[in-house]
Amino acid sequence: MTEPVPTRSTPSRAMSPYGESSGANLADILERVLDKGIVIVGDIKINLLDIELLTIKLRLLVASVDKAREIGIDWWEHDPALSSRADQRHDLKEQNERLRAEVEELRRKVERSERAESAGELPESGSGSSGRRRPRETDREPGAEPRRPRRKKDDAEDRDRDRAKERDRNRDREP
Amino acid sequence: MNGQRLSYAYAVVRSSDPAAQRARSALAGLRGVADAPVALVRSGAAAAAVSAVPGAEFSEAALKSRLEDLDWLEATARAHHLVIETLAARTTVLPLRLATVYLDDSRVERMLAERQEDFTALLDRFDDHVEWGVKVYAEIPALSDPAEPVPSDPPDTGRAYLRRRRQHRQAREETWRAAEEAVRRTEQRARGLAVERARHRPQQGTLARLPGENVANDAYLVPRLAAEEFRDRMLHAADDLPGVRVEVTGPWAPYSFTAPLEGVRQP
Repeated sequence: MTEPVPTRSTPSRAMSPYGESSGANLADILERVLDKGIVIVGDIKINLLDIELLTIKLRLLVASVDKAREIGIDWWEHDPALSSRADQRHDLKEQNERLRAEVEELRRKVERSERAESAGELPESGSGSSGRRRPRETDREPGAEPRRPRRKKDDAEDRDRDRAKERDRNRDREP
Repeated sequence: MNGQRLSYAYAVVRSSDPAAQRARSALAGLRGVADAPVALVRSGAAAAAVSAVPGAEFSEAALKSRLEDLDWLEATARAHHLVIETLAARTTVLPLRLATVYLDDSRVERMLAERQEDFTALLDRFDDHVEWGVKVYAEIPALSDPAEPVPSDPPDTGRAYLRRRRQHRQAREETWRAAEEAVRRTEQRARGLAVERARHRPQQGTLARLPGENVANDAYLVPRLAAEEFRDRMLHAADDLPGVRVEVTGPWAPYSFTAPLEGVRQP
C-alpha cells in the first residue's frame, strides 16, 4: 500500500472507462449488490433470506416507507404474491397483516435452515458444491411457503407486462 | 463481539503478482464500508479485497437491524459498489454480495483457498467483459388527460367524451406496442455482441426521476471490445418509437452473471 494513488473517492465517482457518469443510481446499485454478486456465507451469517426479505421488511418495519419507495424498491406493491390485488394499494392494513404473516413464516424457515446449517458446519449456505448459485429459489423447498415469482423467465415477465396493461385497462374503464 | 474487528470482503480477484499489483494500486487510498481502508488478502490463486470493520456494526445482530436502516444501507451499498467498480477498472473482479463478513483475514484466506478453482473459472469467463444494464421505459399517456374537456371546445357531448376516451385508449395501446417492439429490438440487437443475459425486476421507484414506466430491466455480459458498439446499438434501439426510451447503464462489474449455471440464459 505504498503507491501514492489519491483515490479517496466520492460515491458519485464514475467507474466508467468510457467517460459515462450516469447510470449508477441507487436502485441500480441495490439490485446488484443485494440481489446479485457471488453468495458466500461468511462467518457472520446473514442468511440470504434476510436479504431477500429486506425489501418486505423495509416496508413493514422501517418507518420511512416513503424513502423505500423513493429509492425504487417498492416493486412488491405490484406483486400478486405480496398484494392480493395489485391495485388495492390503499388497503394497507390487510396487506400488512398478510405480509407480516409471510415474514413470520419465512423467518421460521430461516431459523430452521440456520439450525440445519450450523449442524452441518458448512462454510457456505445451501447447495454446497459451489459458492455461486441462483439467489432465492434454491433456498426454498418447493411449495413450502408463499413466494414471489422470479422474473427470470419470460412468461413471468410477460405476465408482469400483461398485468400492468390490465391494470391500465381497468383504470380506463373507470369513469 | 462488539469491540472486535471483522473482515468485510468485497470482491475476489486473481492473486498472481501482476493482478495483485493492479488491485493494490486500485485500492490504495480508497475507503470502503464504515470508511475503512481496503487491503488485499491473498491465498492460492485467488485474492480478496477486504476491510477491517467494527464488530459493533457488522456482527450478525448488528447487521440484522442495520440492513433495515435505509440510510445505513445506502451508504454501505454505495461503498461496497465503489470498491468493486474501482477494482473493476483495473482488473477482472468477482463481486461478492453485500455484507460478506468473516471473523478475521485468516478466515478469508481459508475461504479463498477452498474455492480457488471456482473463482478461477469464473474469472476466466469475465476477463475482458463488462456488464451493461439495458432498461426500456414507456411513457404511457396519463390517464386523466383526455377526460378533461379542452376549455375552448363546445360543451361536451356524450359522443365527444366517448371519442376522446377511445382515442386516449388507442394512444396508450400504441405506446405499449411500441414498448414491446423496443424490448424485442434490444434483444435482437444484443445477439452477436452479448454473450449472456440476466434479468432484473423492472424498477418502479421514483429515485431515477425518469419519466415513464420501466418495462424491461436486463443486464448483458459483453466483450470489452464490443462494448461501445453494444451501447450504441441499444441507445438507438427505440429511436423511431414514440413514447419509448432505452436507457443504458454501466459498464458494471459482472454482478449479474455470477451464477452462471442457473438463472442466466443465452440471449
